[in-house]
Amino acid sequence: MYPKIPLTVNGQKQEIEADPEMPLLWALRDIMDIKGPKFGCGIAACGACTVLIDGEAVRSCSQPVGEVEGEITTIEGISQGDELHAVQQAWMKHSVPQCGYCQSGQIMAAVALLEENPDPTDEDISDAMTNLCRCGTYPKIKAAIKDAAQTLGA
Amino acid sequence: MSRLGKYTRRAFLGLGVAAAGGLAVGFYFYQKPYANPLDAKKAEGETPFNPYVMIDEDNTITIIAPRAEMGQGVHTTLAALVAEELEVPLEQVVVEHGPSSPAYFNAAMLEESTPFPFYDESVLAELARGSMKIVAKFLGLNMTGGSSSTTDAFVKMREAGYAAKFVLLKAAAEHFGTSEDNLTLADGTITDKASGKSVTYGELASKAAAVSPPSEMKLKKASDWKILGKTQKRVELKDKVTGGRIFGIDVQLPDMLYGTVRMAPRKGVSLKNYDKTATLAIPGVKDVVEIRTITGEGLGVIADNTWAAFKGAEALEVEWDDPLSLQNSDQMWSVLENALTQEATFELGGTGSDAEVFTSIPESEAVSAQYRAPFLAHATMEPMNATAQHDGSTIRVWTGTQAPGLIQSVVSSHFDMDSADINVTTTRLGGGFGRRLEVDFALYAAVIAKATAPNPVKVTWTREEDTQHDTYRPMAIGEFKGQVTPDGTLKTMDMQVASPSIIQSVMPRIFPGISPMGPDNTVLDGAFNQPLDVENIRCQAHVADLQVPIGFWRSVGNSVNGFFHESFMDEAAHKAGKDPLEFRLAHLTSDEFRPAREALKRVAEMSGWGTPLPAGKGRGIAHVLSFGTWTAQVVQVDVTDNTVTIEEVWAVADPGIVLDPGMFKDQIMSGINFGLSQALGQEITWADGKVEQANFDTFDAMRMYQAPKITIELLENSPRMGGAGEPGTPPSTPALANAIFAATGKRIRQMPLSNEIDFI
Ligand code: FES
Ligand code: FES
Repeated sequence: MYPKIPLTVNGQKQEIEADPEMPLLWALRDIMDIKGPKFGCGIAACGACTVLIDGEAVRSCSQPVGEVEGEITTIEGISQGDELHAVQQAWMKHSVPQCGYCQSGQIMAAVALLEENPDPTDEDISDAMTNLCRCGTYPKIKAAIKDAAQTLGA
Repeated sequence: MSRLGKYTRRAFLGLGVAAAGGLAVGFYFYQKPYANPLDAKKAEGETPFNPYVMIDEDNTITIIAPRAEMGQGVHTTLAALVAEELEVPLEQVVVEHGPSSPAYFNAAMLEESTPFPFYDESVLAELARGSMKIVAKFLGLNMTGGSSSTTDAFVKMREAGYAAKFVLLKAAAEHFGTSEDNLTLADGTITDKASGKSVTYGELASKAAAVSPPSEMKLKKASDWKILGKTQKRVELKDKVTGGRIFGIDVQLPDMLYGTVRMAPRKGVSLKNYDKTATLAIPGVKDVVEIRTITGEGLGVIADNTWAAFKGAEALEVEWDDPLSLQNSDQMWSVLENALTQEATFELGGTGSDAEVFTSIPESEAVSAQYRAPFLAHATMEPMNATAQHDGSTIRVWTGTQAPGLIQSVVSSHFDMDSADINVTTTRLGGGFGRRLEVDFALYAAVIAKATAPNPVKVTWTREEDTQHDTYRPMAIGEFKGQVTPDGTLKTMDMQVASPSIIQSVMPRIFPGISPMGPDNTVLDGAFNQPLDVENIRCQAHVADLQVPIGFWRSVGNSVNGFFHESFMDEAAHKAGKDPLEFRLAHLTSDEFRPAREALKRVAEMSGWGTPLPAGKGRGIAHVLSFGTWTAQVVQVDVTDNTVTIEEVWAVADPGIVLDPGMFKDQIMSGINFGLSQALGQEITWADGKVEQANFDTFDAMRMYQAPKITIELLENSPRMGGAGEPGTPPSTPALANAIFAATGKRIRQMPLSNEIDFI
């Protein structure tokens, strides 16, 4: 009854049956059982659901799954085996997360930022990182991004 | 010190058997609040056993931390208490919230982590009266509030660690045929110095289980601590940087269905009519069920994915029956204004001075101001959700809760079941802030699960539903008056606060049979209990019901009264022509207020208080004592083109003992940003019987570009242990308002400050 939608998620090609209108977030979470992207608002206002599509940060709650063009990367797909991504490592080092709920979205937004701008200034970070954190971990997010930028640049 | 103290169950440390051949160390609890020696004997065979430390044969060391982990690091700190005495590094232990296998399931343990641990009417009434302690215990996050329960955990967890070490050492001595003096402990192994041979705790576990527990607890001195007092890595850190499936919303069970709710605008409004045709026509929607519970009425939508459920809920045509008289915010403000003109409901603290003192302040020496604070939503990052399953005679619930015992209690009474047949698994929480002390989300899931039985159902609220069906931080008006004598002394201070009572709102949702009695401290917290040397003080509450469900919101009454009180101190200082810091210190001369003085002086040094600033900039200062922690803050703002930038915040907190400085500072930082967020524009308003805000576009919080630089220091002058999670919040808003006054001469007396001035 639903059309088959081909997707590439974290390097794996697959086909799901879903309403093409369904937001990518719910296709990931409820159909593909990929729980890294979180639900926060459903209107692209918080960033908890951030994933990468061809390297660009996208709020998956507001992206119809049927219209996805490109490869999807969720937080589950950024580490190499046991080796965490430099951004994740910086997050650990600075002990960024509190409740942690916003952090997979924050990390994905940071990965996308550093991809585009390997040496961001404070202002670049503030402009790019618009994700909400109710625990107010912003100062640590900023510090971790700068740290990751150094590691990645080195 | 604490009223709760006398109800705390008497506990005996003991041993039990963990998984095959393992060791469990914990406490036996008496069931009765009032233990007496006779009860003790009788109860011995049947006392429930609550393990805190479990050591399996394979040397897995599990520490039970029966508190909700919602970002405050409580699991890490509770585990550190045990690990310190047990001589194992924190990395070597596994931390679990609660009983993970049925063998350890025990209701008493879960009840331990609920706000109302005892179901005895007189005790509840007592608890309602001592509400601050309830809050201290459960919102104050880990070692909080200076309440005996916390101090109790501080001791209890270390004792469990000590006892485990004690029996393991005895078992090792026997194992090696030597004396304990010849043994060394490190990293979960015990080594015989003579032979150099080692044995792990796990290998000794079954032998150790047969050793009698120690009769005397020889806990380490603070100066010998290796883990406590130092910053630790969060035990769940890795999960939180890898998108771990740790939250309630991540629960996935075989054959699980998905659901959501569409509830009446508030408790008291009932479900009249509805048409589900359009909903059932949505592909994926399976059913619509009625929800009629003690916390509210409405409809549940069941579907085969969350999105279909959301669409289905939106498509419902519903007619509510709303008998409530207060339909909009203006009416509610009028009720509070009116309450202020009525005789006070109760008063707390104060100097007991004659009423006349407060009414006969000479005009020229009078300073008076009226402050306002609106309703606020918690807006936890993870929207409310719960998963439930009816399987025959039991109901299972998986959810991020601050009060699993309350869920058991309310769900069991809804279905007229035994509370032992309600099994609650607590996940990690995507924010709590007091919202997850409520039971509504779990109760609705349990009701919907009845219709999906035997299949489980995960019920997730939309953000709109979450914002519009919160148990809000109450709105309040504070009318403050004072007398400043010509020499600049605040001689008299009168505080009149009109607000609904949180306890009166919470109790009927949770224990309908019990009417709360006595004053609700939360109405005046942050006003009546502040360090202040003033000759005449009066603090009175004017309680008025606004027909809106209200609840505990990070720092509770302090979030309102801290703003009122500290804004007023600034106004009084201005009237006196004194520097706000000097003025405060001049009214904090008692010995017992030393922590406040030291915190203020230190924060002044850190912030360069008193040094000149360029035009358009200003600093504001505030101090609030809440949850046992003395917290002083300075906020610096820049005001350009009538637009405020919060540039920097300095904070000094004194909780007496700091168990984990890194975690503690994180909490203060979080509390500051949480507090400042409300000033930037948070406000819940009512129109036509409904909340007007719905999602983050209309109820937002601080974003990165608005976040100030924050510097925090901790002091340990206070004689008692205080909390970390909340004390950062109350001083932030008055310090900000005072800074705006310093920069512009504009005094803003109502929250959100954004109603009167723009922020970037
Ligand atoms: S859930 Fe997608 S932006 Fe909030
Ligand atoms: S860490 Fe809790 S919302 Fe960001």
